[in-house]
Amino acid sequence: MNGPRNEAIADQVAHHPFFAGLDPVLVYEMVAKAEERSYDLGEMLVREGRPAEEFFLVLDGKVALEVGAADREVITVETIGRGELLGWSWLVPPYRWRFDARATKPTQVIAINAATARYALAAHPAFAYQFLLKFLPVIAERLENTRVQLLDIHGV
Amino acid sequence: MASNVHVHGGHRAGVETAVEHPYAPRPYVVRQNIQETPDTFTLRLDPRLPGDRLAFQGGQFNMVYLFGVGESAISISGDPTRPEELVHTVRAVGKITNALAGLKPGATVGIRGPYGHGWPLDSARGRDIVVVAGGLGLPPLRPTIYEIFRRRAEFGRVEIIYGARTPKDLVFAEEVRDWITRREMRIQTTVDAAGRDWYGDVGVVTTRLPDCRFDPAKTTAFVCGPEIMMKLTAQALAQRGVPPESIWISMERNMKCALGFCGHCQFGPSFVCRDGPCLPYKALAPLLAVKEV
Repeated sequence: MNGPRNEAIADQVAHHPFFAGLDPVLVYEMVAKAEERSYDLGEMLVREGRPAEEFFLVLDGKVALEVGAADREVITVETIGRGELLGWSWLVPPYRWRFDARATKPTQVIAINAATARYALAAHPAFAYQFLLKFLPVIAERLENTRVQLLDIHGV
Repeated sequence: MASNVHVHGGHRAGVETAVEHPYAPRPYVVRQNIQETPDTFTLRLDPRLPGDRLAFQGGQFNMVYLFGVGESAISISGDPTRPEELVHTVRAVGKITNALAGLKPGATVGIRGPYGHGWPLDSARGRDIVVVAGGLGLPPLRPTIYEIFRRRAEFGRVEIIYGARTPKDLVFAEEVRDWITRREMRIQTTVDAAGRDWYGDVGVVTTRLPDCRFDPAKTTAFVCGPEIMMKLTAQALAQRGVPPESIWISMERNMKCALGFCGHCQFGPSFVCRDGPCLPYKALAPLLAVKEV
C-alpha cells in the first residue's frame, strides 16, 4: 500500500511510544510498507514455523500467543494487548515464527513488513542500535515474565 | 475458667462474657463447605455460642483449630459488616487444611482471633487504590474489596488485578464477574497459562500494571499472594512511582501462638502475627531481597 494512506500509517507508527526518540525519517523508511489490518475473534495472525515476514503493533483488541504439540492441547502462554508489540522472530534468523498468534477479541494491528524493516536497520547501523535498545527491554521483560511463569508461583 | 484468665480486649465485640484464656478457642459450627477450586474451599461458620460475633478488619487472620488434629492460621475472607458469620477460604495443602477440607455441615471447629493488623484502608481515603491479588491472595483482600465497594465515594480510581495459575484456579470466579459488571472499579483477571476456552489475559500480574490508570504519588496499593509475586509487584509499583510506604503487602509465616510470644513467625525485626500480616513494603523491601529469611 502506498500514497497518503501509507504515510498516515507510518506517521501513526512514528508517534507510537515504542518508536519515540528514534529518528522519524528512518522510522518512516523502516515502516514504509506497513499496513493496517483487522482480525476477527479466533482468526490467526501468525502460525508457528511459517516465515516471519512482518511484526505487529497492536492498536486494539487482544492476541493470544499459543504453543501446542500433537500430543497435548494448545496452551496460551501470553496475551498481547493494545499498544504492545507482537513478534521478534522477524529479527532473528531463520526468521520463522516460534508460536501461533490468535485474536481472542476483534483486533486491529499495524503490520510492519519485516524485509523492509531489516533492510533499513542494516543500512543504518546507528539507528539499528537505537532501535535494538528499545526492542531488547521488551524481550527482556517478556523473558523475565516467562521465568516467573515457569516458577509456577501459584502452585503448591 | 482457670485463675490465669484475662479479658481478651478489643477483638471480641458483642461478647460480654469474654473472660477467657488467650489460647482458648471459641466453638464455631460449619454451616457450609464450598468447593471453590480443585484444592480450595470456603468454610462458612456460625458461632456455637448465641450472640457471639467476631468483629474483624480485612487482612486479619484467625487461628482455626480442628480438635485432635491441630491449629492453622487462616485469613478471614468474609464481609466485615457481617461479624455474625465467619468465612475462611483455605487451600488444602497439609495435615490440618486437608482435614478441614473434609468437614461437613454441623462439624465444630475452634477459633482464636482475629489477630494482627489488616489492610489500612483509612489511609487510602482520597487516594487511588491498586489491589493486586495472586492465587489465594484474593481471600485476604476480599473483605477490604467489600469495604471499598461500600465506601466507593471516598476513593479515587480503583484498579484490581487478580492472577492465578489457570482459569480453574480462580477463586470466587462468579463473584469477580459480578464485580466487573458493577463497573465501580476496574478489574483485570489474568492467568499463567490457559486453553482456548479462556478469552481473558494470560501472563503474570505485573503485565497488567501498565494498563492501570492511577496517580502513582497519590496511590495506596494492597498486594497479597505468593511472596515472589508480592516482591515483583511491589517493585513494579515502586518503579511506576508509588511511594514504598504506600505499598502494603501481607506476609505469611509459620504462625503458632499468634500473640507475638513464640517467635515462630519472626521475619527480621517483626513478628508477622503481631506486627503484620499487612506490612508496608518500605519496611520489608530489604528483607525480601534476602534469601531464606
